Amino acid sequence: MNVFLAQQADRIDVPAIDYAAILPMLIILGAACIGVLFEAFLPKHQRWPGQVVLTLLAIAAAGVALGAYVGDSPARGVTTLSGTLSIDKPALFLWGTLLALALGAVLLIADRSIEPGGAFVAQAGIAPGTVQDRAQVGSTGMQTEVFPLALFALGGMMAFCSANDLLTMFIALEVLSLPLYLMCGLARRRRLLSQEAAVKYFLLGAFASAFFLYGLALLYGYAGSVKLADIANATAGTDRSDTLLFAGLGLLMVGLLFKGSVGPFHTWTPDVYQGAPTPVTAFMAACTKVAAFGGMLRVLAVAFESTSWEWRGVLWGVAIISMVIGAVLGLTQTDVKRMIAYSSIAHAGFLLVGTMALTEDGLSGTLFYLLAYGFTTLAAFGVISLVRDSSGEATHLSAWAGLAKRSPLLAAVFTFLLLALAGIPLTSGFVGKFVVFSAALSDGMAPLVVIALVFSAVAAFFYLRVVVLMYFSEPAPDGPTVSVPGAFTTAAITLGVAVTLLLGVLPAFALNWAGAGGFALS
Amino acid sequence: MTWLLALILLPLAGALVVAGLRSNDRLATTVALAVSLVELALIVPFWLAYDPAGERIQQASSMEWIPTFGIHISFGTDGISLIMIAVIALLVPIIIGTLNSTGKLPEGRSAGGFLSLVLVQEALTIAVFAATDVFLFYVLFEIMLIPMYFLIGGYGGANRQYAAVKFFLYSFLGGLIMLASAIGAYSLASDELGQGTFDWATLVEVVRDAPASTQIWLFLGFFLAFAIKAPLVPFHTWLPDAAGQAPIGVTVLLVGVLDKVGTFGFLRYCLPMFPEASERLAPLVLVLAVAGVIYGSVLAAGQQDMKRFVAYVSIAHFGFIALGIFAFTPQSVVGSATYMLNHSLATGMLIIVVGIIAARGGSTRISDYGGMAKVTPILGGMLLIAGLSTLSLPGTNSFISEFLVLLGSFDTRPVYAIIATVGMVLAAAYVLWLYQRIMTGPVRGDALVGAVEDPAARSASVVGGGGRRVGGPGTAVAPEVGEKKAIRDLSVKEIAVLAPLVVLIVGLGFYPKPVLDTVTPSVEATLTAVQER
Repeated sequence: MNVFLAQQADRIDVPAIDYAAILPMLIILGAACIGVLFEAFLPKHQRWPGQVVLTLLAIAAAGVALGAYVGDSPARGVTTLSGTLSIDKPALFLWGTLLALALGAVLLIADRSIEPGGAFVAQAGIAPGTVQDRAQVGSTGMQTEVFPLALFALGGMMAFCSANDLLTMFIALEVLSLPLYLMCGLARRRRLLSQEAAVKYFLLGAFASAFFLYGLALLYGYAGSVKLADIANATAGTDRSDTLLFAGLGLLMVGLLFKGSVGPFHTWTPDVYQGAPTPVTAFMAACTKVAAFGGMLRVLAVAFESTSWEWRGVLWGVAIISMVIGAVLGLTQTDVKRMIAYSSIAHAGFLLVGTMALTEDGLSGTLFYLLAYGFTTLAAFGVISLVRDSSGEATHLSAWAGLAKRSPLLAAVFTFLLLALAGIPLTSGFVGKFVVFSAALSDGMAPLVVIALVFSAVAAFFYLRVVVLMYFSEPAPDGPTVSVPGAFTTAAITLGVAVTLLLGVLPAFALNWAGAGGFALS
Repeated sequence: MTWLLALILLPLAGALVVAGLRSNDRLATTVALAVSLVELALIVPFWLAYDPAGERIQQASSMEWIPTFGIHISFGTDGISLIMIAVIALLVPIIIGTLNSTGKLPEGRSAGGFLSLVLVQEALTIAVFAATDVFLFYVLFEIMLIPMYFLIGGYGGANRQYAAVKFFLYSFLGGLIMLASAIGAYSLASDELGQGTFDWATLVEVVRDAPASTQIWLFLGFFLAFAIKAPLVPFHTWLPDAAGQAPIGVTVLLVGVLDKVGTFGFLRYCLPMFPEASERLAPLVLVLAVAGVIYGSVLAAGQQDMKRFVAYVSIAHFGFIALGIFAFTPQSVVGSATYMLNHSLATGMLIIVVGIIAARGGSTRISDYGGMAKVTPILGGMLLIAGLSTLSLPGTNSFISEFLVLLGSFDTRPVYAIIATVGMVLAAAYVLWLYQRIMTGPVRGDALVGAVEDPAARSASVVGGGGRRVGGPGTAVAPEVGEKKAIRDLSVKEIAVLAPLVVLIVGLGFYPKPVLDTVTPSVEATLTAVQER
């Protein structure tokens, strides 16, 4: 060993690190580490306030660092850490989106006014139905590790969006996934459902990671490098094996599509969205989708643009399947959280339409869509967490009947969010659909756009069903109560609704941000 | 600020105020009525400011909205949208004025909520007719569905939820398909001009020179949306449900005004933007139009429910309007454009009268009535006037329009014109048959019978024995009648509210010149675009 080091010492170059560029990510990951230390050293009663302050401060500081860097960031982006991370305009936009969405999600996670002690159980390891579990029901203790876990996941997502080679991407994928698996199992109520969700997500997620890794290996075999740019060079006119390339790309995409909950790789989505604590569902639905599609955009645009003719047909099929599954199965759901889960599958199909477009408009459209969708779905889950009965959240649709009579403001807010998810004009959802579909149309995907529009209308039906239920049905006598949200949840919902409205009415500034520049291609 | 912008903003502001008065129904109704009357008064300077010989689009105003896509918030009016805006402003105060005569709102619903939605609907509908940016038009086209959805779903009949969702989904789907076409037109423009725009006038210039195959696809997108909106057979099935379930005032708005967005769209978007496609696909549209005329007429004759009757009558009339538009002659298109106005007046009045009858008689089934004119002669007269205008009797407003449509289309499309003429004959049959069943013959129906006979005498006879129940269908249900309030004829106030419609129906029947003069230059400009090609 010593000999080896002595021989190599003069040849090791310390890679240049552009600290200013990656500062936001460093802040988040650093704060996550401090959060773990808080868990170890702070007394129990100080942990919750300590973690909340630390997490919010970290996100705010990362936002400030990002804002300071964006102003004078180079137009073509920079690659740093020996080319493993590429901090270009889309990456910065995605980081900003992730930080803003995470802020909202953390506010939901931090809320302890709706459910005494917060939405998270103290000891998640206790098997449901045992004596200890029954004892735990009465306590208001909370697993405050959820905060550092959220920060780790967030850091992973940020790395995932900017990863410039597949290996970094894989590591980032694991960093973002592992905390999420844990967080899914932490629900205070309906423990069994929550644990099932965690296990299911973990097992299927592990499978998807394996697919990703296998694809990575095949692509390495094909190109002799894991760097996206090298793969792009290798695909440009060589006599290497196409089998390796397309098998590798296919497996890689399975892993990515799984994370983005695109049908037919969606099967985990409804169960996990339903079982996970609602704040975590909001975090996953908003942020994971951003990260997954951010990664997908980069991989397809940077590494596989020249072969787009070969794979686009397959992705057409995937997008159509996703829209069909999301829209049609969404119609049959009786649980609000599952319904929004299917809606997210349909939205993933729409997002894929934009992702495939591989043009400047396609990129900026998809980025805008992610921003818009994230805030809407975040606020929607925030609202869902407020409608409760004695056993926790009343997510069965029948419980929502006549809600407008009992709580007109909540019904109005939720209606607005549902209209945004349906893509009605003057909401961000419509502008998102418009930019994505117009990009796809000008890139010659007219039939796909028409199909997407038809399924938008089909999906609108199940959003409308909830509106009908809330406004035109008589309330059930033993219906749920609507909790008065605490400051944190109010802030999160307000943030989501305000952004949904703002991006719907005055989208110009966000469209400019999203269209600031393309991926760095080196 | 132009008069047009004032017309759009005033009802919105009014809606806000009225929504704040939900606790006080009387005050809310008064304020809403006042707002709608001021709106109607604003029509006068608005109409006077319009110069038929002037620019194609007048009172234009524009501001940037989404510069990335060349989208503007721009409004303007031509003769056709002018008359449609005027008729909305006329109908809304009449709807509010007859609110109490045409049936009660459901339990627990306030008049304030209802009226603020009506005012929002008024503003949005005016804005749709006034939009001169295709994107803005689409946005308003879809947004317009939301208040209507809540009006039908929140205040309608027993099956209102189904009707509201069906209405929304049909129109929403049509709108989305139109959006695809609008984006297609936008990308044509951005290829051609280097920078995309949604400005209507610019898009017309660019798209009308596009190759025929492209035009046909884009045309179909717009056409589908408009064919659903102005229901052409076979896209009509939502209308009888929506019109049948909606409260009367909303049915007036829906059938009288909202559906005209469809025929207006044919004139404003389909013809000028896609002249070649319009010409090539005209036979298809004409088949649908004539099928609508015959189908609507036959089904109207067979309806048992008065509101559904009106819906099918309208389907027949929309067939006429589409026939005139796609016959491409100046007479027929002028006929169609004025028909849009006249149909609003005639059908609007018919629906309101039907609503008053239903509210008094407690039923919308035609067979529950008979001999009503003996009890309520003035109401009978109103139904007759509305009906005669609906069947286009010479001397009523609709006659001129229908005559122009048939005359114009006979020049170029004689076969379709002849078949459509059959619709005119059928119209006479179904309207007169409706009048005959409700107003003439022996007095029938529990409410009516109660009004003619002396309640005390009849309840005594029931106590005396059931044997006398053979007297007629009406007496069979006599026992409860004694407690019912006798049916009233129209009050002076109700006559006053309906009077403007009567005056216009008869007045425009004899002197249609102001409307024809307003519309003709816009129609000619539209047709030159088609023929110039």
